[in-house]
Amino acid sequence: MNPVPLTRREAMRRIFVASALASFLEVTAFGLEEGLSSDPSLLKKEIPWPRTMTDAEKRAAGALADVLIPADDHGPAATAVGVVDFLDEWISAPYEPQKRDAKVIREGLAWLDAEAQTRFGKVFAAATEEQKTALVDDIVKQGSEARKKGYAFWQLFRDRIAGGYYSTPEGWKALGYTGNAPQAEHAGPPLEALKHLGLA
Amino acid sequence: MAHLKTSKSRAERYDVVIVGSGAAGGMSAYVLAKAGAKVLMLEAGRHYDPQTETPMFQTFADAPLRGASYPGKPNGFFDATVGGWVLDGEPYRVQKTGAWTDGAVDNRMNTAQNFMWWRARMLGGRTNHWGRVALRMGQQDFKPKSTDGLGFDWPIGYDDVAPYYDKTDQIVGIFGSKEGLENNPDSDFFLPPPKPRAYELLLQRGGKKLGRPVVPARMAILTQPKPGRAACFYATSCGRGCAIGAAFQSTTSLIPYALETGNLDVLPNAMAREVTLDPQGRANGVTFIDKQTGKEEHVSARAVVLGASALETARILLNSKSGKFPQGLGASSGHLGRWLTDSTGTSLGGRIPALENIPLHNEDGVSSMHLYAPMTPALQREAAKQGSPRGFYVAWSGGRSMPGLGTVSSALKLAGDVYGKKLKEEARRYYGSFVDLHARGEMIPNAKSFCELDPERKDRWGIPVLRFHFEWSDAEVAQVVHAQKTFADLIESAGGIVDREPVKDGRKAMTAGGSVNHEMGVARMSARAEDGVTNPYSRLWDCPNVLVADGAVFPSSPFKNPTLTIMALAWRACDSLLAGLKDGSISAPA
Repeated sequence: MNPVPLTRREAMRRIFVASALASFLEVTAFGLEEGLSSDPSLLKKEIPWPRTMTDAEKRAAGALADVLIPADDHGPAATAVGVVDFLDEWISAPYEPQKRDAKVIREGLAWLDAEAQTRFGKVFAAATEEQKTALVDDIVKQGSEARKKGYAFWQLFRDRIAGGYYSTPEGWKALGYTGNAPQAEHAGPPLEALKHLGLA
Repeated sequence: MAHLKTSKSRAERYDVVIVGSGAAGGMSAYVLAKAGAKVLMLEAGRHYDPQTETPMFQTFADAPLRGASYPGKPNGFFDATVGGWVLDGEPYRVQKTGAWTDGAVDNRMNTAQNFMWWRARMLGGRTNHWGRVALRMGQQDFKPKSTDGLGFDWPIGYDDVAPYYDKTDQIVGIFGSKEGLENNPDSDFFLPPPKPRAYELLLQRGGKKLGRPVVPARMAILTQPKPGRAACFYATSCGRGCAIGAAFQSTTSLIPYALETGNLDVLPNAMAREVTLDPQGRANGVTFIDKQTGKEEHVSARAVVLGASALETARILLNSKSGKFPQGLGASSGHLGRWLTDSTGTSLGGRIPALENIPLHNEDGVSSMHLYAPMTPALQREAAKQGSPRGFYVAWSGGRSMPGLGTVSSALKLAGDVYGKKLKEEARRYYGSFVDLHARGEMIPNAKSFCELDPERKDRWGIPVLRFHFEWSDAEVAQVVHAQKTFADLIESAGGIVDREPVKDGRKAMTAGGSVNHEMGVARMSARAEDGVTNPYSRLWDCPNVLVADGAVFPSSPFKNPTLTIMALAWRACDSLLAGLKDGSISAPA
């Protein structure tokens, strides 16, 4: 034990040493058979279950994800930060909430491709941007046939994709989150923020 | 002396054997080892080192399922706890719609399962993930019955504990501010509190309109360094553990400090079963299961300290049956296992439009609230007029915290069926504009809430398990209604809009018993032997060389989170134990 107060600099050094070490250590997992352990290493991301999305599902999911979250001045498009891989990880997981999501998302992606085939003669991913947008607009249109079939899927898909996107560093930037960085002091809201609130 | 890898490397006997390594066990080890006693600490879980195991800057994308909860990690992947509501092979029994069943992972806001029990199986116990709220009990909290005729008075008062709060504050490190609020004692040793966040300033301004004080929170998080521990660098969640020791855990403070004396041995994977007695009826050690070999072992000591967490401590005592104490050690008065309490919990969310599109800034801070709304006796008397005799404080989360899987869900719900660039604009607009207020309130002990040994079930080690009876009374239900109204008033006076109407039936918005993790009272201290389980120095009336160091000794359950008081009482009790062993006033084996 260090008998003197620990400086932030030394504390930071230790964290990076520990993180580097952890990637070399083999940690024995035990607990739940096919799922994640109840006592996993928190420094490693290991997914014990196989990913199950088909290539066709991935293509449809990626195309829809990028319609929902395209690139703009604040950040990249959804697929650029790996949301399809996240979705694959999520809907392949052996837990009840994820299994429920998987059913809705799988059926929804199949419906989306079938609908695109009917309307445009090609799968959703192969459609033009205008065609994709037209179909999505129809899904969210009150009273439309497409809404009846596809809206529940669309809502869940948007929620999961947005969650997957905004939990990445690129998504943080797009959202305006500027934390997860060590600070000497917690500065509190800056003057322009206080002015925004009428507090200064 | 050090961390022991196996039970083989321990000594045959010690001055004191301590069961548990969290707030109670950690503080006891620190006080006793510093004083020169040879101490063995038994921990039922594994060894744990926050310096090498804590994910300090990992993003949610670095976690499986973006850090979402799953059955093995009910608080999410990054939660420091090894353990949870369910432990493999270690059941407990609860009532669900009238029938006995094994306690399961349940929604804590659903009281269909009458009780939930969060257990850690790791060095440091529940200090590794606790909320770090560190509030002193006030004189009124020690004397509730004298104040309003309900519940039970403690046999001790604030002045008895104050010197130990002072000492504990200096070791633990607590930020806060002197406010001079009645029944909310200040500390001379507060570290400077962090500045409030934007949304907290709005709640503070709202509180002012309502006449409700909103002041700096009091948290066991360093804002200045301590020996071997750095000051907070205002990033990453305390619930993950803290590699730099800023957020208090016994594993980065009390236990290393105690080990440094050379007087402490720590034995993990040692599941205590019972306290054993010598022919004169004095405790002479502890029988435990070495989980690595599955074998039963016994360690001898002159005194025993139980700090296994209130309910595990009660279980050990109930299982310590002998010819002299056929119902268990400490059970002579009939109070062992009774008067089980938890804090009430309830919450209400809202949003504050003024926060939309606020200029970007870093609001991570210490990861929990920087301000909170304590309750004063005057506010409490107001609440009593509405059927809620006992107090609660209001705390919150909100603002621009680290975005995870669910962060933009509420924004998207508000924004409607947007997609494309519009979705990104709306997510950016609403991010950080939501608040969630919650309360922790006092439960009055009642005769219907208690634990006992299940007549049949045993755990994988062959040790009889607990079963729980638990009922909130009308006082707690009314308290939740009052808290809900208070949340709405605070949110609205801060210029916000509530997510829903405050609940009028408290039972629809309150936590299941035990799920706030503030179990207390099952081995309460008392002035007379017939009224409780321990004396005012936390030692068993039945057997004075056994000390109960954890929340089991609390005769009542004030709305001040118990951990700070557990540590102060443990220190006080260990001082008394040492003095008594030294002068011979406590009878103990040679």
